[in-house]
Amino acid sequence: MEKVLQVNDLHVSFSTYGGEVKAVRGVSFDLHKGETLAIVGESGCGKSVTSQSIMRLIPEPPGKISGGEIIFKNIDLIKLKEPELQKIRGANISMIFQDPMTALNPTITIGEQIMEGIIQHEKLSRAQAKRVAVEMLTLVGIPNPELRLKQYPHQFSGGMRQRIVIAMALVCRPDVLIADEPTTALDVTIQAQILELFRDIQKKTGVSIILITHDLGVVAQVADRIAVMYAGRIVELGTRREIFYQPQHPYTKGLLQSVPRLDAEKAELVPIPGTPPDLFSPPVGCAFAARCPYAMEVCERVYPIETHISQQHQVDCWLQDERAKKLVSSFK
Amino acid sequence: MELRKQEAQNISPDVPNEWFVPKVRNKEEAEAVVRPSLSYWQDSWHRLLKNKLAMAGLIFLILLALLAIFGPIFSTHSVETQKLAEQNLPPSSKYWFGTDDLGRDVFIRTCYGARISLFVGLMAALIDFIIGVVYGGLSGYKGGRTDNLMMRIIEILYGLPYLLVVILVMVVIGPGLTTIILALSITGWVGMARIVRGQVLQIKNYEFVLASKTFGTKTARIIRKNLLPNTMGPIIVQMTLTIPSAIFAEAFLSFIGLGIQAPHASWGVMANDGLSTILSGYWWRLFFPTMFISLTMFAFNVLGDGLQDALDPKLRR
Amino acid sequence: MKAYFFKRIIAMIITLWLIITGTFFLMHSVPGSPFNEERTTNEAIQKNLESYYQLDKPLIVQYGNYLKALVKLDLGPSIKKSSQTVNDMLGRGFPVSFELGMYTLIVALISGLILGVVAALRHNGIIDYLAMSIAVLGISIPNFVMATVLIQQLAVNLPIFPVATWSSPKHMVLPILALATGPMAIIARLTRTSMLEVLTQDYIKTAKAKGLSPVKIVFKHALRNALLPVVTVLGSLAASILTGTFVIEKIFAIPGMGKYFVDSINNRDYPVIMGTTVFYSAILIFMLLLVDIAYGVLDPRIKLHKKEAK
Repeated sequence: MEKVLQVNDLHVSFSTYGGEVKAVRGVSFDLHKGETLAIVGESGCGKSVTSQSIMRLIPEPPGKISGGEIIFKNIDLIKLKEPELQKIRGANISMIFQDPMTALNPTITIGEQIMEGIIQHEKLSRAQAKRVAVEMLTLVGIPNPELRLKQYPHQFSGGMRQRIVIAMALVCRPDVLIADEPTTALDVTIQAQILELFRDIQKKTGVSIILITHDLGVVAQVADRIAVMYAGRIVELGTRREIFYQPQHPYTKGLLQSVPRLDAEKAELVPIPGTPPDLFSPPVGCAFAARCPYAMEVCERVYPIETHISQQHQVDCWLQDERAKKLVSSFK
Repeated sequence: MELRKQEAQNISPDVPNEWFVPKVRNKEEAEAVVRPSLSYWQDSWHRLLKNKLAMAGLIFLILLALLAIFGPIFSTHSVETQKLAEQNLPPSSKYWFGTDDLGRDVFIRTCYGARISLFVGLMAALIDFIIGVVYGGLSGYKGGRTDNLMMRIIEILYGLPYLLVVILVMVVIGPGLTTIILALSITGWVGMARIVRGQVLQIKNYEFVLASKTFGTKTARIIRKNLLPNTMGPIIVQMTLTIPSAIFAEAFLSFIGLGIQAPHASWGVMANDGLSTILSGYWWRLFFPTMFISLTMFAFNVLGDGLQDALDPKLRR
Repeated sequence: MKAYFFKRIIAMIITLWLIITGTFFLMHSVPGSPFNEERTTNEAIQKNLESYYQLDKPLIVQYGNYLKALVKLDLGPSIKKSSQTVNDMLGRGFPVSFELGMYTLIVALISGLILGVVAALRHNGIIDYLAMSIAVLGISIPNFVMATVLIQQLAVNLPIFPVATWSSPKHMVLPILALATGPMAIIARLTRTSMLEVLTQDYIKTAKAKGLSPVKIVFKHALRNALLPVVTVLGSLAASILTGTFVIEKIFAIPGMGKYFVDSINNRDYPVIMGTTVFYSAILIFMLLLVDIAYGVLDPRIKLHKKEAK
């Protein structure tokens, strides 16, 4: 499979009033052409920081990409300067933010907001840009696009605005679309429509999508592969089937148990006890050890080695070590 | 995809076997909060201490207050003594800030000016605080029609130019220290009332307030015990910013001849006297009062800014 | 839209009427006759004067007559300068004061906006601290102090500018500078805060994600929204510039409305005090209306609101 984007050992930290927060601590993954990769985790696990780092949109300072590489079309985005990044943003890699109510500028017409991206990147005339904008609005399912172009964001509903945001992101036919919690702020029925739209657009345009979410329900609907993040690291990565049916990491299992499922035998929801660790001084070993029902001495001392369960499926957990297998019975 | 060597056996060689035992732990450990938590006021105080400019302002104001209280005691000169033989003397070891055209000591007059400025500022802030908190608190707490009416009144007052109103009142009741304070209080509290009302509206629906309401606690007590402590931050900031504007108003009025009257000393009066001598080179007569007005207002402004940064929870990371 | 304006104008007239009434009764509550202070007016002359200025009639009649005259835009005669009417004085003073006020507002707006935007863009940098130090200084130094400092430095010590009066552009520099510092500082601080707030908004992130250049983001997406809070304070800024003209005109001996006003206060010329106050209030209320219109132009959400209200 063709790799569109490769993230290798990415480290991002923020210097704050209380000290340095190591928000992302060595994240690696590949994004394949035409797939949807979901990055899942609790709030504060570093998933949004990871996605914004790809666009180089984290504010520097206080943020800082302190290591790793992000390879897009044989270029390391981390090494690029601002003007070169501007050529990539919106044209090759696009982004959708969580809240459609605030993602659009309230004082500029949506037509202008959609068109300015094309005009910037493709040097089209306004008339041509307008034609593309109408096309895009039609694609994302907005009726009367010609008329709607002249309107302001407050004249649209939340779901409509998210469609506009998507149209805006896709207007230059990017290779990669990063969607950061795109449905979190929407009603459940609208959520389903927007997810449907994502699938539809992916089919039509072949765009690769990175979907950032904490909602496993969303993931189950659209993701091809899933990366589970915890405390700044990807702890488990696999296909949707593997993550949902053969989860290996105790954290993944915990996540799955804490969401309602129709196909599970027991309907009981089990929350994960405790809170995520403080990223001012992240633990040396596995960050989940403090909350993990299967924690061993080793977990606190050394970070687990990446273990490959299958071609696609990898997990960072000491339970994969032969010596731990004997212990499993002694946990309860 | 390339698989690593250890994967075949799934045994990491650098990790000793004895570490593969279940971890012993107590329950609290999992829930423990790592960082020590500071209370709101402690945290704010730490932030204020870190703000050098605000601290400099605070220290200046403390020194100014000391000067205003004790300055005249330690000096051999007095405010009103005129020594016609010693007119317009430049600063010297005898007259630190020089003398004016009636041979009065500018230093002592500056100290008295500090008394008046600080007194006016503090009284104005206090009166604004009392009226503003009562009015705004009541308006926000009662809500509905009462709130509507009370806010209408505020809107009208707010539309009036503050100094114009003060001037008119001064014209009617005649100049003087008490009338300045009175005049300043007529419109000064409006800003405070608005802030308090906004805060109260925001907080009054919080659960802890609802809880005490259901227990049948009286309105006044709820305002005093629950609402006030939670609205203190913005109120303190507003008070620190009211003081310099009151000091400015006093100086302004005295400068145009409507404030403190001669022979009493106020920075505004002194500046007005000094202005006429600007061409004769008696710079000290203008320099000291105007410098003190500006420094005092500067100190209050930076302290107010510092307090705002320190007390505003939104700015915290 | 029309209904909205109609409502606004009615509200303006009511506010103005309240101010007129308040000022009128305030001025007439001053004990004693304004002529008592005159040196040797005998009783007959005083009576004559009082009847000329209608002071012998019941207060409510005087009030009615004053309102009637006001409708005809007649602010009455001056008491102290017998040959002049208040209208004459305002007619002479207003153009000068208006010039001073408008130039001041323009200078304050432009410099304040530039300072605020630059400070916000270089948040926590040296320029930011520098700009904000200038701004705090500008707020802290009273305009009459600023005026004296400017005269001392740029007119006396270094005779670059003239000390006083209002006869050529060169004469205007110092008064405008002295009067503009305070409003400039307020605008700069407000613009900075508002700009910083806007720059953290999601739509700015969206604009960045589109690949727009920083210049475009600032001018097209941020500035306009950051201006909205600045527009709302323009009304009260106009008021502070207006009161500022009192001292500035006094210090620089500029023959404007403010000077007449301060003079009239000092010699208790009540019709002039009253007339000027009413005139000032009318200007300010009109400014507030302008501010509202400007706000509506800048923010499309407001327009819709009004249409719906209709």
